[in-house]
Amino acid sequence: MRRAATLVAAAATLLLGACAATPEPRGTGDLGLVIERSTGQVAVVSHTSRERLATVPGLGDLSHAHVTYSRDGRYGYVFGRDGGLTKVDLLRGRIDRRIVQAGNSIGGSISQDGRLVVAQNYEPGGLKVFDADTLELLSEVPAEYAPGQRSKVVGLADLPGQRFAYALFEAGEIWVTDLSDPRAPKTQRYPAGRQPYDGLVTPDGRHFIAGLFGEDGLALLDLWHPERGVQKILAGYGRGEEPLPVYKMPHLRGWAVAGGHAYLPAIGRHEVLVVDTRTWQEVARIPVHSQPVFVMARPDGRQVWVNFAFPDNGTVQVIDTVAREVVDTLQPGRAILHMEFTPRGEAVWLSSRDDNKVVVYDTESRREVAGLPAAHPSGIFFTSRAVRIGF
Amino acid sequence: MKPPPLLVHVTVLLGAAFAAAYAAAAAGPQSDPAPQRKHELVNLVRQDCGSCHGLTLSGGLGPALLPHTLADKPLDSMVATVMNGRPGTAMPGWSRFMSEPEAEWVVRALMDGFPQERGAQ
Repeated sequence: MRRAATLVAAAATLLLGACAATPEPRGTGDLGLVIERSTGQVAVVSHTSRERLATVPGLGDLSHAHVTYSRDGRYGYVFGRDGGLTKVDLLRGRIDRRIVQAGNSIGGSISQDGRLVVAQNYEPGGLKVFDADTLELLSEVPAEYAPGQRSKVVGLADLPGQRFAYALFEAGEIWVTDLSDPRAPKTQRYPAGRQPYDGLVTPDGRHFIAGLFGEDGLALLDLWHPERGVQKILAGYGRGEEPLPVYKMPHLRGWAVAGGHAYLPAIGRHEVLVVDTRTWQEVARIPVHSQPVFVMARPDGRQVWVNFAFPDNGTVQVIDTVAREVVDTLQPGRAILHMEFTPRGEAVWLSSRDDNKVVVYDTESRREVAGLPAAHPSGIFFTSRAVRIGF
Repeated sequence: MKPPPLLVHVTVLLGAAFAAAYAAAAAGPQSDPAPQRKHELVNLVRQDCGSCHGLTLSGGLGPALLPHTLADKPLDSMVATVMNGRPGTAMPGWSRFMSEPEAEWVVRALMDGFPQERGAQ
């Protein structure tokens, strides 16, 4: 026993010596990545100290980029438009691994057990499944909906049970793929509606919703009762009126759901649609400044922040979810492309592409409390996504 | 093997003159947009058309807008698509943001290989 204790002490001394030259150990729970799209790099940021900790270059074309996180929050998987998939080590501030896995990609997701990273691609249309550690390709799911015809894949969301739901833009279908055996995917298909443009899964992983560009309504699939097929919700929300032009597609994700309601962008109408998540009936529609792009609930659900499509992308509005009306209209910068709340929602980070900065707002006072220079920033992704279904 | 600078200048000038003459003949009395306006249009196409067509114009939810993908499409119909959109698709009309001669300049520039933004980096 005594000898063992001496050995442990000696080992500890050695370790301490070895660590003296390296930084203090730290967690990743308050870190995130900001996409700097014109330079193909990402900034590693802290939302506690509100500063840039590192810059990681060499990620290719990030004109549309998405990040999903390893479950320990250490690695961000960055999906670039050019099909690049880059595993970024947030603690070391550098690329861990990088592959180019498709010609044109739109995003990706991580499995329930954290072992699989799945990319959703436009070209070639379909999914690719990778080992999360090594980025080894394990299998593919071509989105071939008719002989020789492949669809672009949108709205990929991880589900409980190593499954993934997504929609096929050209095919008008929702597919659910089971990757329990990652080398032998099993896929179920559901007719959904015309031109699904994005999708989301509710925070409990039960309901998948695809937004439809080609019709008034959204497609809802209850994953506890898939045999019932897709149900249309908010059907006819356009009331037969001529839709307004949409200069940028809205984005959907689980941030839309809070307090028993889902807050969804209308297409071709300057409205946020509010639906009850128990009955899936419309309960309100809230007029807003322009075509909504991101409609994001603060984590406590008391506020919903909305940004807008070109040419109104310098404005952000805040909805009070009790009053169900806009209570503030902000001008945080030129071309606000994205927003991200801190995990408990005291602050929101907004990227201003044309002012080359990220601005931080206090969500209660709705005043700017910090600003960080960034090169044409777009997406902001905090590691708190690592522990949320559908992110 | 570098050509003499004067020759380059003359060639470029001649080329520009021919291009301008051709554009004038095809588009009537209108000429190219002014340099500042061109800069705005390039920015608009890269950033806002880029939302769907990609910042590099190699495609996204919308199709690629590269010279080889546009080569066999008639100019008039592409200009009409830019101005009025394409019903039944996600393509809106952009006539709020540019005139028809400007749309034609954009389409020709796309067919020739679209310029990069100034100061984007």
